[in-house]
Formats: sequence, C-alpha cells, structure tokens
Amino acid sequence: MERTTIDLWFGAFVTAGFVALMVLALKVGNLGAERATEVYRVEARFDNIGGLKARGPVRSAGVLEGRVQDIHFDNERFQAKVTLALDQRYKFPKDTSASILTSGLLGETYVGLEAGGDDKVLAGGDRITITQSAVVLEKLIGQFLFSKAQESPAAAPPPAASAPTIPASTPAKK
Amino acid sequence: MLDIRKPIARLGHNVIDGVWRAGVMARFFGQVLASSGTSFSRFRLVMREVYFSGVLSLIIIIVSGLFVGMVLGLQGFETLQKYGATESIGVLVALSLVRELGPVVAALLFASRAGSAITAEIGLMKTTEQLTAMDMMAVSPMARVIAPRFWAGIISMPILSLLFSAMGVFGGYIVGVVMIGVDNGAFWSQMQAAVDFRYDVLNGLVKAFVFGIAVTIIATFEGYDAPPTAEGVSGATTRTVVTSALTILALDLVLTAFMLRADH
Amino acid sequence: MLQDSLVEVESVSFAYGRRPILKGVSMRVPRGKLVAIMGASGSGKTTLLRIIGGQLTPTSGTVRLAGEDLHALDAAGLYRMRRRMSMLFQFGALFTDMTVFENVAFPLREHTKLSESMIRDLVMMKLEAVGMRGSHRLKPAELSGGMARRVALARAVVLDPALVMYDEPFAGLDPIALAVIGRLIRTLNDALGSTSIIVTHDVLESLQLVDYLYFISDGVIVGEGTPDEIRASKLPYVKQFVHGETDGPVPFHYPAAPYAKDVGLAPGAARA
Repeated sequence: MERTTIDLWFGAFVTAGFVALMVLALKVGNLGAERATEVYRVEARFDNIGGLKARGPVRSAGVLEGRVQDIHFDNERFQAKVTLALDQRYKFPKDTSASILTSGLLGETYVGLEAGGDDKVLAGGDRITITQSAVVLEKLIGQFLFSKAQESPAAAPPPAASAPTIPASTPAKK
Repeated sequence: MLDIRKPIARLGHNVIDGVWRAGVMARFFGQVLASSGTSFSRFRLVMREVYFSGVLSLIIIIVSGLFVGMVLGLQGFETLQKYGATESIGVLVALSLVRELGPVVAALLFASRAGSAITAEIGLMKTTEQLTAMDMMAVSPMARVIAPRFWAGIISMPILSLLFSAMGVFGGYIVGVVMIGVDNGAFWSQMQAAVDFRYDVLNGLVKAFVFGIAVTIIATFEGYDAPPTAEGVSGATTRTVVTSALTILALDLVLTAFMLRADH
Repeated sequence: MLQDSLVEVESVSFAYGRRPILKGVSMRVPRGKLVAIMGASGSGKTTLLRIIGGQLTPTSGTVRLAGEDLHALDAAGLYRMRRRMSMLFQFGALFTDMTVFENVAFPLREHTKLSESMIRDLVMMKLEAVGMRGSHRLKPAELSGGMARRVALARAVVLDPALVMYDEPFAGLDPIALAVIGRLIRTLNDALGSTSIIVTHDVLESLQLVDYLYFISDGVIVGEGTPDEIRASKLPYVKQFVHGETDGPVPFHYPAAPYAKDVGLAPGAARA
C-alpha cells in the first residue's frame, strides 16, 4: 500500500485527539485516581444529612475511603438512610462514628468516619450505629442566641445579632 | 398605513418553510446513511475529508481554546478572590471547558470554518454540474462526495472539542499558576477531584459527537440543495453557519438539561 | 430510416410544474449515426437530452435505449445503463480537485478493475486522441474553456461508450477550438462506432458535421432531415433558423402592449 501525506495528517490528527482525551481523563479528571475497586456496603442513619448528595465522598482522616452510594428516606423512623460504598482495602471497627461534615466554608458535604476501638470490624451489610447529623447553621445561631440569653437574662442581646464568626477553616486536604 | 399582514404572513411562511426544510434534511440524512457503504470500503475518501475539515481547523481551535482558557482564568480569579477560593480556579476552568465551552465553542468554530467550506464546495460542484456529471457516469454523488464529508465531520468534531478543552485548561494553568501564582499542586489536585471522567469528560464528548452530526448534515445539505448560482451558493453558506449555530445551542440546552438531571 | 435504432423517443412530454416544455416529441437515433437536436434557447432541447440521459423523467411517453425502457429501470438498472453512455457537459464539468489525468481516469477507476499501468495507458491514449496529453498534470482551473472541454471529451469516451451525448459542445468557443471539437466529435464517433446526439444551436458546424438533424421549437419537432434536405428546406422555422433571419416564426418582438400605448400616443397610455 502506498503512503500519502494524507495518511500522515490523519494519523497525527487522531493521535492528537487521543492524547487530549488522555490528558483530560488523567490530569484534568479523576480517572487515574478512582480505579474500579472492590467495595463493601454499610449503612448509616442520620437525622439530617445537610447537603450530602449521592456520589459524595466518604473520608477518614481526610483520606478518601469510598463514596455515598444511595440516600433513602426511612418513613418509619423519619431518618435519612445512607448507604456507603467503602473500599475493600480499608476495614473499620464496629464502633466507628459517621458524621456529616463540610470541607471548608464553601466546600462540598462529605461523610467523615472516625474509627472507634472495637476489635471486630464492619462487614458488608452492617450498620454504623454512632452517627452525627449535619450542622444546620440556623439551629446553631438559634442555640447561640438562646445560650447568650440564658447567661445574662437582663441584658438583651443586640437586635442586629451578627452571625457568629466561623473560624476560617482550612480547605479539606486531599 | 403600515400593512401588518405582510410581515406576519412572511413570518408564518418562513416558519413553515423552515419546518419543511427540516423534514427534507431528515430525509437527506437517511439517504446519506444509506449511501455510506463506500465511505467505509474506501476509507481513504473519509481520511482526505478529515484532513480538510479537521486538520485544517486545528489552528483556529487550538488558538481559540488557549484564549478562552486564559480568559476563564482571569475572569474566574476575579470572582473567586472574593470568597478566598482562588485555588479552585482550576476547577472552574476545567469544568466550564469540559462540560460546555469545549463542545459548544469548538462546534461553532467548526461550523464557521469547515461547515461553510463544505457547503461552498458542494454548492460549487452542483453549480458547475460536477455532481450531475458524476451521476451520469454512474457514480453516486451521495456516496462519493457527500457521505465521506459527513463521516469526516463526525470523526473530526469530537477530536477538535477535546483539543479545545485541553488547550483551554492549559490556558487556565498559564494564567492561574504561572501569571497569578496560584499553587501548582492545589490547582491540579482540586481540578482532579472535581472533574469526573464519566460525567464531565464523556458527557462533553457525547455533546461534541452530536454537534458534529448536526453541523455536518446541515453543511452538506445546504450545499446539495443550493440554487446553482453564485447568489445561491453564497446564501447557502451563510445559512449553514446561522442554522448550525442555532442548532448547536438548542441541542446544547437539551443535552445539558438531560445530562444534569440524569446525574442525580 | 429502417436501420437499427439505438435511441427511440416516443411521444415524450415533459412539464415543469404547470409549464409544458416538451409536447409529444418523437425521434429515432440510428446506431452509429451523429444526430443533432437544434433549436433556439429555451426550446426544450436540453431538457430532451436530459430525459434521454435519464436525469429527468417524462410526464408521458417512453425513451428506449437498445430496446429497454429507460425510466422503468430502478437505480441499479439506470446506473448499469449509464456505464454504456456518457455525456459531455457545456462547460466540461471536470472535477476541480483532481488533475486532468485523474479526471479522465475516474470512470476507469470506478467501474473497472484494471491495473494502474493499464489505466495510465488508456488515459494517455484518450488524451492523445483529443490532443491534450501534455496537460495531464494540470488542474482544470489551469485550462482554457476549449481545452477543458477537450479533456471532458476524453473522459466521456474513456470507456468506449455506445452512446455519447453533447450538451452545447460549440458554445462560446473560438473558431479554432470550434473546428477542433467538431472534428473530434466526428472522428471519435466513427472510430469508436458509437452513436452521438448533439444539442446545439450552431448551424454552420452542425450542417457540416452531422448525419441527421431535428429542429425543436416550443417543445415540438418542427422539422427534420439530412443536412442537404435542411439546407433546401422551405419550412418557415427551419428556414429562419438556418439562414439566421431576424424575424419569422420566432418573432423579433417580446410580447408587449401596442407601441402607441407605451409612448403615450393612445388612450390608456403607460405611466413611466
């Protein structure tokens, strides 16, 4: 088969496209990081999940351990039932606690796991019993005002109660 | 007194005409697909057209991608600064490009450069009776001229969109990290965390593919349908760019709504 | 003429929407002969040629090529038929993105499985026959009108077709190019043993060249005959056409209101 310059250009063009795809996939996107790993599923119930969404991250000590698989509303207990898909490589003790946290001020909502001290570990299908719901800002302000009012019942809090200054939190470390 | 009936009648006529054309274009699309056998058995024809519509568009795509990425970096920095979130500049640039600007702007540029060229070329071939001559020589112009250009557009468009996005990210990097001084590590790591391959990059690719089909069908149809005169071909070329632009944006709306909803 | 006819046109009528262009035209083209269809612009002669070539379908009547009803064929049958005929278009219609060589080689590459060296030989032979072999590397844009038409002629005869149709082959050519094309048409017709139909309004060339002529005016055949018969014809249209008379069956004036009215000398005068 004879070669022409057209072949060269076509090949170069398609290769360039492929390289761009790889760059976008690996350097820009998360393809390298999230390899399809084996997961096991555990459940956790929360009173309030805040802004947690499906596919949200599950972290422990700041490191990504898995993803939120599913969020359902438990109509009997009136709680949120969250299914977590955790990386098979990492095992957590049975008394691990799960909290709904936010990474930074404007960051996304994630599930933070803090390991307990139990010898036995969580297996697929188990339920995390110790959970902490998301912090709802309005309730926090309400609590603050209430506690302030309790301290000094004579002095009424200033009418324009400014929101409590939230300490500048560090952006979640990856 | 201003006769309001005439403009309204003309508007109605144009709308009906537009719908009619869309129908004819759909039938044309079917014919192109049916005549695509030659495009696969003689792939060299397609490759040649990929050179003319894809490779020759590289310059404008790469330069525009770079500029758009840089502008995104500048504009994004300006706003993110207020929230102390300048390290997210990479996220902003990458997501904007990969999801939206890459496919859409690349498609608009493709329609302007390659689409209009295809329309003019086919229109001219029709005017100088080259298509009729081919038909008289028992060679189907659909199979030999139109279909290869169609498949070339489908191949070229996604590649150009990817290159646009990649260059744009690079442009954002130049502005963000090199010029402004955002931390290199934070720039890339935040970006990688936010850009999901399946939902962002692949969705963008699907968009580019759909836009490629739309632009190429419009371009080949307008050329094939053009009145065989100088004004006819020039009008067809303009129509290609305008119709392509509107179709791209409309499809973008539909696809984006569909993709974002399917996400949750 | 009771010779074997390659092309038989029987009572063909064609209308473009509601405008009739051909009204019941019948003619025969015997094998091996060179026939001209003559008429003024707009008489319908090009339409007739396109119908014979299968590009247009008549609203009534039939066209038979070697006995087969052309318009009853399906797409594959039509293409099969077309491999045995070819058409020379008014401006050549060469493919502008290919060289002269590739243009002439095109039918060979598409319809035969000949080797490249055979194709090269055939292309060179045909280009030699039309006197354009030296231009084989050029692109059509680099040729003059007459030269492009000669190359197109080479392309038209490269498969040795049984029927060759010419759409205004003499239009817009200088006297030299005109004589060349005329000679080529005649020589190729006789050398290849093919049949040719020429649509033209060039009287002088045609009378010297062809075996038989048909005259069309307003969608009907108004006269026919051999060149000698035509030269001697007393039919008003034929006479006007052949002798180039300015007025006759084809009037000088475009249909208009009475003259007096338009210059304001009569009641109901036209306003500027």
